[in-house]
Amino acid sequence: MKIDVFKKVPVAEQDPKVRATNFDEVNLGYTKEEAVLEASRCLNCKNARCMQGCPVSINIPGFISKLKDGDIEGAYHVISLSSSLPAVCGRVCPQETQCEAQCIRGVKGEAVSIGRLERFVADTAREMGIKPQLPADMVKKGKKVAVIGAGPSGLTCAGDLAKMGYDVTIFEALHKAGGVLVYGIPEFRLPKEKVVAKEVENVKALGVKIVTDAVIGRALTIDDLFDKEGFSAVFIGSGAGLPRFMNIPGEQSLGVFSANEYLTRSNLMGAFSPDSRTPIMRAKKAVIVGGGNVAMDAARTAKRLGAEVHVVYRRSEAEFPARVEEVHHAKEEGIIFDLLTNPVEIIADENGWVKGCTCIRMELGEPDATGRRSPVPVEGSEFTIECDAVIMSLGTSPNPLIKTTTSGLETNKRGGIIVDESEMTTREGVFAGGDAVTGAATVILAMGAGKSAAKGIDEYLSAQ
Amino acid sequence: MFEIKTKELLGPKVWRMDIYAPLVAGKAMPGQFLIVRVDKDGERIPLTVCDYDRDRGLITIVFQTVGAETERMSRLAEGDCFADVVGPLGRPSDLVDLPVEELKAKKILFIAGGVGTAPCYNQLKWLHDNGVAVDCIQGARTKELLILEDEMKAVCENLYFATDDGSYGIHGNVCVALQKLWDDGVRYDHCVVIGPMIMMKFACQLTKKLGIPTVVSMNTIMVDGTGMCGACRLLVGGEVKFACVDGPEFDGWEVDFDQAMQRSRLYKTQEGELMLKLTEGDTHSGNCGVCK
Ligand SMILES: Cc1cc2nc3c(=O)[nH]c(=O)nc-3n(C[C@H](O)[C@H](O)[C@H](O)COP(=O)(O)OP(=O)(O)OC[C@H]3O[C@@H](n4cnc5c(N)ncnc54)[C@H](O)[C@@H]3O)c2cc1C
Ligand SMILES: Cc1cc2nc3c(=O)[nH]c(=O)nc-3n(C[C@H](O)[C@H](O)[C@H](O)COP(=O)(O)OP(=O)(O)OC[C@H]3O[C@@H](n4cnc5c(N)ncnc54)[C@H](O)[C@@H]3O)c2cc1C
Ligand code: SF4
Ligand code: FES
Repeated sequence: MKIDVFKKVPVAEQDPKVRATNFDEVNLGYTKEEAVLEASRCLNCKNARCMQGCPVSINIPGFISKLKDGDIEGAYHVISLSSSLPAVCGRVCPQETQCEAQCIRGVKGEAVSIGRLERFVADTAREMGIKPQLPADMVKKGKKVAVIGAGPSGLTCAGDLAKMGYDVTIFEALHKAGGVLVYGIPEFRLPKEKVVAKEVENVKALGVKIVTDAVIGRALTIDDLFDKEGFSAVFIGSGAGLPRFMNIPGEQSLGVFSANEYLTRSNLMGAFSPDSRTPIMRAKKAVIVGGGNVAMDAARTAKRLGAEVHVVYRRSEAEFPARVEEVHHAKEEGIIFDLLTNPVEIIADENGWVKGCTCIRMELGEPDATGRRSPVPVEGSEFTIECDAVIMSLGTSPNPLIKTTTSGLETNKRGGIIVDESEMTTREGVFAGGDAVTGAATVILAMGAGKSAAKGIDEYLSAQ
Repeated sequence: MFEIKTKELLGPKVWRMDIYAPLVAGKAMPGQFLIVRVDKDGERIPLTVCDYDRDRGLITIVFQTVGAETERMSRLAEGDCFADVVGPLGRPSDLVDLPVEELKAKKILFIAGGVGTAPCYNQLKWLHDNGVAVDCIQGARTKELLILEDEMKAVCENLYFATDDGSYGIHGNVCVALQKLWDDGVRYDHCVVIGPMIMMKFACQLTKKLGIPTVVSMNTIMVDGTGMCGACRLLVGGEVKFACVDGPEFDGWEVDFDQAMQRSRLYKTQEGELMLKLTEGDTHSGNCGVCK
């Protein structure tokens, strides 16, 4: 195979028309030949800029050069030094604003396809049965650490602590481990059995216990974990799961959902499958409000469940917080974007069911303090989109349950838990990371925080 | 894991189960609920904690078979296990936070409708154990639908029955019964109503007229029960609240019942199809359209 060195080796994808009707993964991943070919585009820079763009500083040229030599296991171990969820991150990280945005190849052409290579290495390693392992010289520390939440931050923190010799238990409120990876991000972007369940298995294989159906703050408080259950430190990785609504008239109508509800029904409860016992609305025409990854996931899910889908976003495409790839995929699948448009009212029929969504046109005003041009409504421009479902994806904030049941735990005004450089909260021995601290962010940042908290916990407990 | 230790039929389609769930039993308080799943494909079903035994790690649920999942639950036997039992969820009843002396000074009335009797029982028992005397009106369509009679009698100061058809106790619904007590000069200064939404709505209209502050327990549609999905939202005093974390108990005068009842019909068609599939088994083709 010959390649144009200025371009990424293309990756196979399901045909848009076909995939818009199924929940199988869209991106089919590189073959070994394609991966090695793409790897050969990497210049193995001395001062690799890509690494500066990576929030956890993966040794990118390091793993790519192993891959070039066909050494998958070696490549996997290089990545594992910095990341514990490569099969997930290779699929869902916003590489275009992180590592790939910095890649030197990007100056004259397209950046090296770092994400696809990471995914290839992780998937192949899994197929070869390569797993993270407890260090041969690990000594048991004889101390127990509790981790709250089995999302990316909690799983990572738990895995790292187990490797250091701690006895770790994860407490997860839902019936399945994975956090947003199981309840939020859809199957067609992140397969649950093939990828997420395997990552969870890997963490368990390190000796981590996972207790599902355990809501901390209710079934047990953080005080109980210390005083009654004998834990010496606690990590909070409870995420940012509380959905926001717009507070516009008609929002209580039948057919208005938060993206969290819609996605949880489809992903966690499997409602996209006709065999599931959990119902989900199969809309004819759905309006999705918002422009982030969550909005794209809700839109593409509604599309697959048979709807004509309109994404309504109050700014322009340049301001989309969603990953470029997701927007591109959504468009290919026939999702319609109504930009510079904002809902002002939801209209219901006489039985309370949604029949339309009245929107107002927006225009971009002067740049605000942050430099973003904020949208302002164009007076008199209201119009109604006929629809039978409206899905709100306006962002989420941290759940106050743990804060309100734990004394001495302080949060900032947006509800995020306050931590110091070692990720310790204002309560001694209690650490936190991920969306619970930052508000809704990314998988890689949550994972990075879990790693750094594991280090912080080890230092704290070693000093005792 | 979550083993059913005892199972008992309390009335037509109403079951009681004691389940081994130590994490829930350890902390549950009156007013809270839990979520169960029958098996790994099961829907998450919210149910009130009707009793708990902290020492033995047992919790009691009482449920009525109304749809496919509660029907499947009723087919479980002693010794079978639920795939999941999670809780306690929601806030405990405000009553349990009040000083006992203050409670004793109050004249409290409970109004229990149908299967809502079981959640009332947990609160009544707690109050009784703390030496607080409380009255209760227990209502049902007809005598044979009244459940937990002996248990209720043991924990209530005065227990009044009301049946729509007059087959037992006062002839009429719970509102008729309350009005009758009021006309007889009985006075209350706090009321708790738990039952079908329609009953809670009318009971609240009456208590408002009579000036008795009233608390209700809202059994909305739920998914996670931890504040994550917003499926359980309802309007209370014009504000959006999440029943699973802000409730399930709310000021009954402030709840928008009409809207809450409307929202509870959201998945009716799909639930109906599931129920028909379950009861008709393989003979259910789905082609006649009745279930749509
Ligand atoms: C639909 C959607 C799409 C996304 N797409 C992307 C993407 O493409 N790329 C990307 O990088 N990021 C994406 N994100 C963001 C990313 O998923 C999150 O930033 C990340 O999952 C945060 O990890 P976390 O460990 O902090 O929390 P979470 O993943 O939220 O996990 C928290 C866990 O804690 C549990 N929990 C909460 N409270 C308690 C309690 N009291 N007791 C016990 N357990 C508790 C929760 O049930 C949950 O399982 C997306 C998010 C969503 C919702
Ligand atoms: C906090 C809370 C406490 C509850 N306590 C009890 C209890 O102690 N005993 C009891 O018998 N029932 C209780 N319920 C109601 C119980 O959850 C529903 O009866 C059950 O979910 C019905 O499931 P199904 O599949 O059998 O019926 P479905 O086929 O799902 O529905 C039948 C009818 O039940 C209503 N319903 C459907 N799903 C729900 C849901 N998730 N929550 C509430 N109503 C729903 C619908 O209006 C529908 O018309 C409670 C609900 C809540 C939210
Ligand atoms: S910047 Fe690009 S070319 Fe250089 S090492 Fe990183 S991936 Fe390879
Ligand atoms: S049930 Fe999901 S937020 Fe209440």
